Amino acid sequence: MSIAECGYLTYDELKECQTLPSDERFERGPVAVIECVQQIPCNPCEAACHFGAIKIGEPITTLPALDAEKCVGCGVCVSRCPGLAIFVVNKTYTKDTATVSFPYEYEPVPKEGEEKTAVNRMGEAVCSGKIVKVADPVSFDHTPVVTIEIPREYADEVRSIERG
Amino acid sequence: MSIRKADVLVIGAGPAGLSASIEAARLGADVIIVDLNMKPGGQLFKQIHKFFGSSAHHSGSRGIDIGRMLLDEAKDAGVTIWLKSTVIGIFPGKKVSIEREMDDGTSELVTLLPEEIVIATGASENVIRFKNWTTPGVMGAGAAQTMINVNHVRPGKRVVMLGSGNVGLIVSYQLMQAGCDVAALVEAAPKVGGYAVHAAKIRRAGVPILLRHTITEAVIGEDGTVSGAVIAEVDEHFKPIPGTEETIDCDVITLAAGLKPTMDLIKLAGCELTFDGVFGGYIPLHDENMETSVRGVFVAGDSTGVEEANTALDEGRIAGISAAVSLGLISGSDADERRDAIWERLDSLRMGPFGERRKKEKDHLIGLFHEEVKDQRAFA
Repeated sequence: MSIAECGYLTYDELKECQTLPSDERFERGPVAVIECVQQIPCNPCEAACHFGAIKIGEPITTLPALDAEKCVGCGVCVSRCPGLAIFVVNKTYTKDTATVSFPYEYEPVPKEGEEKTAVNRMGEAVCSGKIVKVADPVSFDHTPVVTIEIPREYADEVRSIERG
Repeated sequence: MSIRKADVLVIGAGPAGLSASIEAARLGADVIIVDLNMKPGGQLFKQIHKFFGSSAHHSGSRGIDIGRMLLDEAKDAGVTIWLKSTVIGIFPGKKVSIEREMDDGTSELVTLLPEEIVIATGASENVIRFKNWTTPGVMGAGAAQTMINVNHVRPGKRVVMLGSGNVGLIVSYQLMQAGCDVAALVEAAPKVGGYAVHAAKIRRAGVPILLRHTITEAVIGEDGTVSGAVIAEVDEHFKPIPGTEETIDCDVITLAAGLKPTMDLIKLAGCELTFDGVFGGYIPLHDENMETSVRGVFVAGDSTGVEEANTALDEGRIAGISAAVSLGLISGSDADERRDAIWERLDSLRMGPFGERRKKEKDHLIGLFHEEVKDQRAFA
């Protein structure tokens, strides 16, 4: 099943269309995971990255390519992607936990310290997690980036929280 | 009744009309833009999401902010904006009758005598009919979007959306942002019609997307409004399969079944039309300068074929420049240089699996114009 048939990405489909950071890179700290798999005319992520880690070039329908060596996992691209399709995953948060940073444009915006139910790409509850950061500066233009701490084994699955 | 002259009349103050008026005014034309709505911007002010596109199209900005920026640019360029103004007739000799609502609520009939006309009247929503489809609570997705994003009124608590094109996906997302629940999105086709990233957003929020399904009936509650939607699986001919019906509780049913170009004024102006399935229905034939079969009548945006705001903006720019050429405000070669750059951008927007078909069709239609119309252009 592809995303066009079910509405969500499977991790295998994602790996086929995007070059994900290597396991070795994940071991070195936070890094962007770009879940953009269709050639649509769009390139704001390329200009958003201050480190030149995202490349689209010409034509504008080219899929973004991440240079994981240049990426520092800052999360600016997460707020700038109009498709809300970029996440930052930190598999080194603690020995047993990871963090996932995701765009969240619903009210109420969660607060740091709150416990929330983390969900996967299908919206299914995966586990409980603690909100460790909410970044919402003016430059993010009303797209807060929320970071949740979760058990490490769910880092590739969790992509948002339950609404409300 | 009053009579007024203008260099350019632009009909429709959406992205296409506004950008046409900005280009023509910047080149020195006296431009009046009219819109029947209370507010300018067309659909832009409903679009609270960040737009795709390139930096040249202000990508990453929200539609509402692009609308504000265009309005400022139009005012700075000296464009005269008439709101609550309806074009009620286009007569031979480019005489245009406009019914204008004045500030005191009275209306005035104005006869405008423009040298050039740009028609950018956009598109309107298609309707899907099923049992009880006229029940209060059944509405177009665009109407629901106007309620939440322009008027800040929720249409209800729990919505069933029909249609998985970008409108259905985006409005589902925005209904949840406004505090509604979306019980399900129903799509007759075997796959999602719109962009995957939009689908992924609503799936993450827990909205099921039911492919190969349709709505067969709106359930009417005790108060006479919608209390549910009966859905059913469809066969390969999109016919409901008896026995597969299921009722979903909801108080709103929104229809996102595509758009068709709004052609009334284009027809009235006498432009030659063609039927085009890719672009949503009857559309005017036009050349690469956006001029129709009637000399001095230009078109831009969704009324030339349903696409999106970025293509509307660029087609509008071309139409505005071309109107200025007709007025003698810019030489043909200077204009070509600008128009070629815009066409290049338009071509890049019409690439990839979603755009290719539109690029091919647009090229075909311009070819058709040159075969059928070019040497026999009518005078208005």
